[in-house]
Amino acid sequence: MTLVALDGVGKRFASGTEALAGIDLRIGAGEFLAILGPSGCGKSTLLRLIAGLAEPSSGRITRQASRQVGFVFQEATLLPWSDAITNVRLPLRLAGIDRAEQEARAAAALDQVGLRGFERAYPRELSGGMRMRVSIARALVTRPSLLLMDEPFAALDELTRHRLNDDLLALWAGSGVTVVFVTHSVFESVYLASRILVMATRPGRVAAELAMEAPAPRPTGFRTSAEYAALCRATTEALEGAMAQ
Amino acid sequence: MKIVDALAPAAVGLAVLGGWEGLVRLYGVPPYVLPGPVAIAHALAEDWPLLSGSLLVTLRIALLALLLAVSLGGLLAVAFAQSRWVERAFFPYAVVLQVTPVVAIAPLILIWVDDVTLSLLICAWIVAFFPVLSNTVLGLNSADRNHVELFRLYGASRWQTLWLLRLPGALPFFLAGLRVAGGLALIGAVVAEFVAGAGGAGSGLAFRILEAGYQLKIPRLFAALALISALGIAIFAALGLVQHLLLRRWHESAMQPEG
Repeated sequence: MTLVALDGVGKRFASGTEALAGIDLRIGAGEFLAILGPSGCGKSTLLRLIAGLAEPSSGRITRQASRQVGFVFQEATLLPWSDAITNVRLPLRLAGIDRAEQEARAAAALDQVGLRGFERAYPRELSGGMRMRVSIARALVTRPSLLLMDEPFAALDELTRHRLNDDLLALWAGSGVTVVFVTHSVFESVYLASRILVMATRPGRVAAELAMEAPAPRPTGFRTSAEYAALCRATTEALEGAMAQ
Repeated sequence: MKIVDALAPAAVGLAVLGGWEGLVRLYGVPPYVLPGPVAIAHALAEDWPLLSGSLLVTLRIALLALLLAVSLGGLLAVAFAQSRWVERAFFPYAVVLQVTPVVAIAPLILIWVDDVTLSLLICAWIVAFFPVLSNTVLGLNSADRNHVELFRLYGASRWQTLWLLRLPGALPFFLAGLRVAGGLALIGAVVAEFVAGAGGAGSGLAFRILEAGYQLKIPRLFAALALISALGIAIFAALGLVQHLLLRRWHESAMQPEG
């Protein structure tokens, strides 16, 4: 089943810059799609188009009517004046859901990302990794069918990033949510995705598509396996090819 | 706060007062030219019934003006933030009101408005409202772009975006404006009292200063001056406390440096 379909989508900014051109993409239910590319290839713009935060200047985007979207930004983008649980229940509050249900679902979402007991903590009292977990809980609280993530772990240290990668994979496997994950890291995309879209720049376009056939969720030790190394090599070659175009 | 932080300024103050008293006595300066701190304290105690009444009058006008400045300035700021058109149309007039010296408009207001208290209030309000307005407008327009997109993504209404995002985000800006406005409300009240002078039925601290000047009761003049300063400091400190209490959980400005 296709959740979102893009046909010949292009995006030109008011300044005249052509950010994206001729993007054809089908996002299927339940997949983990990584969008991989160098800085400035328009991958964030593509994600914003998928989210409906921006309109394409050419082509067409068709969305399944019932889809509910969660979005995780590059930074945690929490409201600094609200504690963790108030941040997480924000989407429910905006949707006019009653207070008791907001609290219950927000507490469950925080539990889901491993932050039980931190409900009353303010963002500034949390570490970068914990703030990102709160942000993910906020995206999950509406029980979205589509979770869009824009380089969410780029600013975190490596160990925290690895742990969040594993937790994200477990969440994905456990909930059946469709994930579109923007990243500039080959290793991260190979570790996470079931499909990788490699993008080239000027204008941003799809240069290659790679299916990852590694088992999901990844077995322990996958990061150091020969299979992982081989997949990373293939993906790096595809990315280098895209950058040489 | 460390005790040293409070002791240092107190020591400076005591040294200045002591030196002042010493010099006045040493050179035998007459009290109608420059009274020493002891004479001023004496006048303050002696004239307390008179001065405390005036203190309350000035305090009342300054606080009412501040209240008006906060409510009207805040409401105007929200209206400006709702529409660029409204802001463009009205903001220049707020600036005009701000840059015109209150001393120059006060006589007109005193002529137009029969009630002296009300005209003093209007003068003080004119001086105090601008920092609240301009800071709050700036704060309302400073919402983080990603936060705005987040609200859009979840289909927030204009009202929800204002209430849950723009207003809390504008709070630190508003409070900074409030602290400036608190001092200005007092200045506005005092200036207006001076302009109203003996012509009005004013009995605030500024009126006491004028009166004491005419009567050459210079220690009383200094006592009234000291009370105005004390009032200004008290307003500033009280607003600082409000600011700290409202921001201490989340805003960088209210954080204690660590380490």
